[in-house]
Formats: sequence, C-alpha cells, structure tokens
Amino acid sequence: MKRGFPILAVITALLLSFALYEALIAAPTEQTMGNVQRIFYYHVPSAWTAFVLFLINFVSSIVYLIRRNAKADILAYVSAEVGVVFCTVVIVTGPIWARPVWGIWWAPGDIRLTTTLVLWLIYISYLMVRRLSTGGKTPVIAAVVAIFGALDVPLVYFSIWFFRTQHPSPVIGGGGSLDPRMARVLLINWAAFLCLAWLLSWTRYELEIAQGKVEEALALESLMEGSR
Amino acid sequence: MSFFAITRATLCKDIRLEWRSKDAINAMLFFALLVVVIFSFAFDPTAEESRRIAGGLVWVAFLFAAVVALNQTWARELRNQVLDAYRVSPAPANPLFLAKAFGNFIFVSVLEALMTPLFIAFYKLRALGSAWELVPIALLGTWALVVNGTFFAAISLRTRSREIMLPLLLFPFSIPALLGMVNATTAVLTGEESAKFWIALLLAYDVVFTTACLLFFELVLEAE
Repeated sequence: MKRGFPILAVITALLLSFALYEALIAAPTEQTMGNVQRIFYYHVPSAWTAFVLFLINFVSSIVYLIRRNAKADILAYVSAEVGVVFCTVVIVTGPIWARPVWGIWWAPGDIRLTTTLVLWLIYISYLMVRRLSTGGKTPVIAAVVAIFGALDVPLVYFSIWFFRTQHPSPVIGGGGSLDPRMARVLLINWAAFLCLAWLLSWTRYELEIAQGKVEEALALESLMEGSR
Repeated sequence: MSFFAITRATLCKDIRLEWRSKDAINAMLFFALLVVVIFSFAFDPTAEESRRIAGGLVWVAFLFAAVVALNQTWARELRNQVLDAYRVSPAPANPLFLAKAFGNFIFVSVLEALMTPLFIAFYKLRALGSAWELVPIALLGTWALVVNGTFFAAISLRTRSREIMLPLLLFPFSIPALLGMVNATTAVLTGEESAKFWIALLLAYDVVFTTACLLFFELVLEAE
C-alpha cells in the first residue's frame, strides 16, 4: 500500500468521530421532528456519496469500453460495490426516519424513494453479473450492463415524476431552507462519508489488483507444471 | 447477404424450429395458465377490484412466461456450436439480434393473444376506458420486454447458472417499462385517467433500449 493510505485512514477516523459529535450533540434539535431528524445527517450524505460512486462507475465503464484499460474496470467494480453499501444505508435509514415522521415506513410511488430503490436493485444486479460471469469477458459485459443501468435511471425518474412526491425537496439547490448550522453539520458528515468511501474503495481496489496478480501467478504456475 | 436478408433468414429458421418443436410456446402457455389459475385461487375479486389489480397480474404473468422463451433464445444456438459459427462468419451481429428479438416478440405476442381471453373470463374484465388503446400498450410493452430480454439472455450466456441470471438482470432493468405497462393497462381498464403518458413512456423506453441493444450487441456477442 502506498504511503497515503494510513494518512487517509487517520483523516477518515478523525472526521467520522467529529461528524458523529456534530450530528448527535452539536447540531440544534429540529423543532417539529425532534431528535429523529438527526438521521438526516447520515441519510443524505450516504445518498450523495452513493450517487457519486455510481457516477464513477458509469464513467469508468465508458472509459473501459473505449480504452480497454483493466484499471478502469477495477475502478468500476469497486465503486459499484461501495456504492451499493452506501445506498443500502440510505434505504435502511429512510424508513427509520419516515415511520415516526410520516407514519408509514415506505411511500410507494414516491420519486426519490423509488428511483433510489431501483438504482440499488440495478447495481446489485450488476454485481451479480460480475460475480456469476465466467472467463475474461466479464469486464466488457459488466461495462455494458453499467451503461444500461445508467440509461434506466432517468427513465425511472421520468416515470415517477408523474406522481406527486412525498419526500422533502432537496435541501441544497431545491428551494428548501436549512438552518446554516445544520447545513454545516451536513457538509462535515458528507466530507467524512466521502473519505470513508474513498478509503473503502481504495482498499477494495488494491485487493482486486492483488487478487489479479495471485490468479496470474497461479495460472502461470499450472502452465509451467503442464509443460514439464 | 444484406442486413434484411440475414434477419429474415434467421427469423424464418427460428420460427420453423419453434413450429416443429413447440418447445418454448408450450412451456410458456402452460406456465402462464398456471399463473392465471393460481392467482385466481389467491384472490376472488369483484369486477371493480379486478379492474384495479388486473393490469399488474396480467403483466407479471406475461413477464414470467416471457422469461421461459427468452432463456431458450440463445441456448438453442449453443448446441452444435452454431453461435461460434455465426461469430466467425462475416455476417454483422445486429441482424442476428433483431431476428432473435422479433422471434421472441412473435412468441410472446401469440402467448398474450391466447391468454387474454382467459384473463377476461377469470377476472370478469371489461374495460371502462377506450379498449383499443390496449393494442399499442401490448405491442410496445411486449417489445420492451423482449428487446432487453433478448439482449440480457445473450449476456447471461456468459455466466454460470444462466437460467437464473436472466430474470435477475431483466426484472430490475424492466421496472420503468413495467410501470408503464401496468399503469397504462389499469388506466384503460378503470377509465379514470388517460393512458397517454404511460404509452409515451413505453415508447421512450423502447427507443432508448432498442438503440442501446443495437449499439452494444456486437460487443456482447464477440466477448470471448
């Protein structure tokens, strides 16, 4: 591992603990929702992080198809994997917040909920293809599936756009008003989550590269045995 | 041979094969029949209720049945290395894909035509909206299922346990199309709202994914 890795690990740990303190203690309590609102500091940054990772997956899949660069393929793989983890956090924290606030766990037909859920399903399906496909053609197939997934998401969004949405409108750039102290905590949490995502993806990336080397060595060894 | 000639030759071959063996269509029909019967045991709706749920039931039954045909699409070409022969031949990949997709479209349409009367009988259906709109909904919806289904079936050829892989890929990716089909059908049956938006959505889905399939099919076919 490179020298930057432990530095990033320390920064992530510090940021995460600071963000935890800020979200649970320092941030003001919301007037109507009470403490339940603090889930927001985990829910929203996880969602943004997951979307960033899925975007990375899409871009590196295209880069792979154009350049046939193995590193782009590994990057696509690990970003989808870590993205699914963060997306799972979003999908689990959402209902926990919704139950006391809306009175229901899940609002079927809501645009953001459904789009996120479909995104999650599509990327799990992507990971299944990767896991189950055999031989050296996995990267090409995975890249094609990733591009199909990226085409699907706007269609899902458009199809549900028809319904009235129940989800609170986006707090940044969506016309909603957010207490500046809350916004600060939100951004700190996002920074911490991005660092965590970076750290996880980096670990997975190095692991995949190492795995590739091991497989190569094993294949070479069995070739040598065979020729002897 | 021209693009059109290759498409037609492959399509005729598939239809003739299916006509003689009737493997896919028999399996699909029996499967869809089972779904209809089992659903009818599970619910005993009034005419009013069944208008609301029938759109969902019909399309879920067709989707499950279509997977049976889709799984056979390419498996047939693996025997005797037909697909490998196609790959080394100078013929372009897209006519093969289109022929397969049209073939599946025909099989699934036949299934729908045969199963719809049964659905009407079992669920006491009568459309309150303009019933002719069901025709474009069925055509666009079926194409949406088979175009991606044919493509994903080609992808799942490259995986272990390919029969399981196809629905795992096809179902999540078909969600917008399913939303369109189910809501459009329900809109026509209940006659409460217009189905126009959903038909437009299905059309958009078809255009986007037909283009994407034609762009990427060669990559998937040649992926070795």
